[in-house]
Amino acid sequence: MKIGVLALQGAFIEHKNVLARLGIPSVEVRLPEHLTGLDGLIIPGGESTTIGLLAQKWGLLEPLRAFARSGRPIWGTCAGMILMAREVVDGLPNQPILELMDITVRRNAFGRQVDSFEADLPVPVLGDPPFHAVFIRAPLVERVGARVDVLASLEDGTAVAVRQGHMLATAFHPELTGDVRFHRYFLQLTG
Amino acid sequence: MEREWGTDTVKRGLAQMLKGGVIMDVTNAEQARIAEEAGACAVMALERVPADIRAQGGVARMADPEKILEIMEAVSIPVMAKCRIGHFVEAQILEALGVDFIDESEVLTPADEEHHIDKRKFKVPFVCGARNLGEALRRIGEGAAMIRTKGEAGTGNVVEAVRHARAVLGEIRRLTTMAEEEMMAYAKEIGAPYELVVETARLGRLPVVNFAAGGIATPADAALMMQLGMDGVFVGSGIFKSGDPVKRARAIVQAVTHYNDPKILAEISRGLGEPMVGINISLIPAEERLAVRGW
Repeated sequence: MKIGVLALQGAFIEHKNVLARLGIPSVEVRLPEHLTGLDGLIIPGGESTTIGLLAQKWGLLEPLRAFARSGRPIWGTCAGMILMAREVVDGLPNQPILELMDITVRRNAFGRQVDSFEADLPVPVLGDPPFHAVFIRAPLVERVGARVDVLASLEDGTAVAVRQGHMLATAFHPELTGDVRFHRYFLQLTG
Repeated sequence: MEREWGTDTVKRGLAQMLKGGVIMDVTNAEQARIAEEAGACAVMALERVPADIRAQGGVARMADPEKILEIMEAVSIPVMAKCRIGHFVEAQILEALGVDFIDESEVLTPADEEHHIDKRKFKVPFVCGARNLGEALRRIGEGAAMIRTKGEAGTGNVVEAVRHARAVLGEIRRLTTMAEEEMMAYAKEIGAPYELVVETARLGRLPVVNFAAGGIATPADAALMMQLGMDGVFVGSGIFKSGDPVKRARAIVQAVTHYNDPKILAEISRGLGEPMVGINISLIPAEERLAVRGW
C-alpha cells in the first residue's frame, strides 16, 4: 500500500511521519504524475487559498477529482476539509476547491489564532478514550448533505469530522497529536 | 468538553500550518490582497518595509494599529505584526488587536538591550530571529513558537540568511552526534537551556518550525533556503520593492513548493522584471546592521 500526501504547502511532513510510524510508505504529491500508483491521498492542513491556487496552477484540480471518482479514499484535514467541500463560506472569491463532498464549510469559523484551541472530542467510530483534537484557525461543517455521516461534533452539535463513502474530512489535526487512530481509520477505507 | 486556548501545541501548530509557504511583508490593504491572491500563506503587516526603515533611519516602532486593522480586514489569511525586542506592551497591544502571530523583530529598534519578551505569558504565538542554535533555543525557552533566520533585512542580499541557516543546521548536525554527557557542557557553551538542547538532539531539528528571512529577493533565493533545510520563507522588501510585485510574488510562492525541481524553477524565474536593488553587506557600517540586535 502507498499513500500520497498533497505537498503543495502546509503540514504534509507531519502526516508522512504518522504513516511511517504505522509502516505505510508515502509520497509527496506536487504534480499530477505523482498520483500514479497511489492507494489513497491525504490533503493536509495549511492555508486553503494557497493550496488551492497551487493545485490550479499545476493542473491538479481535475486529476484530484478523477482520483476521487476512481473510488480511492481521500482525507482532508483543516485546509484539506475546505478543499473537499462543495461550498465554502468566507473563502476568497473564486477560491479553487475540489467539491468532492456534499458539505458546506465555513472557513476560520472559530475566529483568529487566539481562538484556536484543543479539546478531548468523543469520536464514536474510534471508541474510547475521546480523541484529543487540535483546532487551529479551524473551519467547521455548516451543512451536511444527506449521504454524509457525521463522525464527531462539538457540544453545540457542530460537525467537525464527516465521512461520505471513501471520503473523510476533519476540521482538526490528528497529525499533530500522538494518537494514530484516525490515520488507522482512514487506512481501513483503502479496503 | 474542556477547551484549552493558547497552549504550546496550538501556538506551534499554526507555525506548522505555514510550512512550505511564503509570508510576505505588506504595508497596506492593496498589497495584502496582492499577496493573498499570489498564494502567500500569511502576511506581515508593517508601516514601512525593512528597505525603507534602513533608508530613512530613526527609531522604528510597532506599526499604527489602524494600519494593522486595515490589513486584517483586507485578507482572510493569517496576519502577523512586529513589535520591538523586549517591548512587551507593544506585544500586548498586538495581541489585543487580534493579530495571529507576533514577530519580536530586530528590524525595529530594540526597546530592551538585555531582555526579550517573556512570550509564555501570551496566548498569541511569537516568531523570533536567530543567528545560531544558542540564540534559537534561548528564544524557544522564552516561549517562541517559531524561529526564523535574521539574515540582513532590507538588503535584497541572501548571504546573511544563508550564514544563519547553515549555522543553526550545522550546529544541530553536530549535536546529534554528541554523547549525552557532552550536552550539558555544550548547553553552557552556546548559552541554551539544557532540556531544549537534549530535545533538539533527539529530534534532529529545532522543536519548532524554522523559516528563512532577511534578504530573500528571487525565486532562486527562496528555493536555496528550502534546499538548505528551512521550513518556509519570509519575503520582506523583495516583493514590493521590485519592478513587478504581482509576478514576483507568484513566482516565489511557486519556487517554495517546487524548490527541488530546477526545470520548474527555470520556468518560473523567467521575465520577472527588475528585482529590488541589493546592498553588499560589507558596505553597511557595523552600527547599521540589524542582525546583531538580540541577546
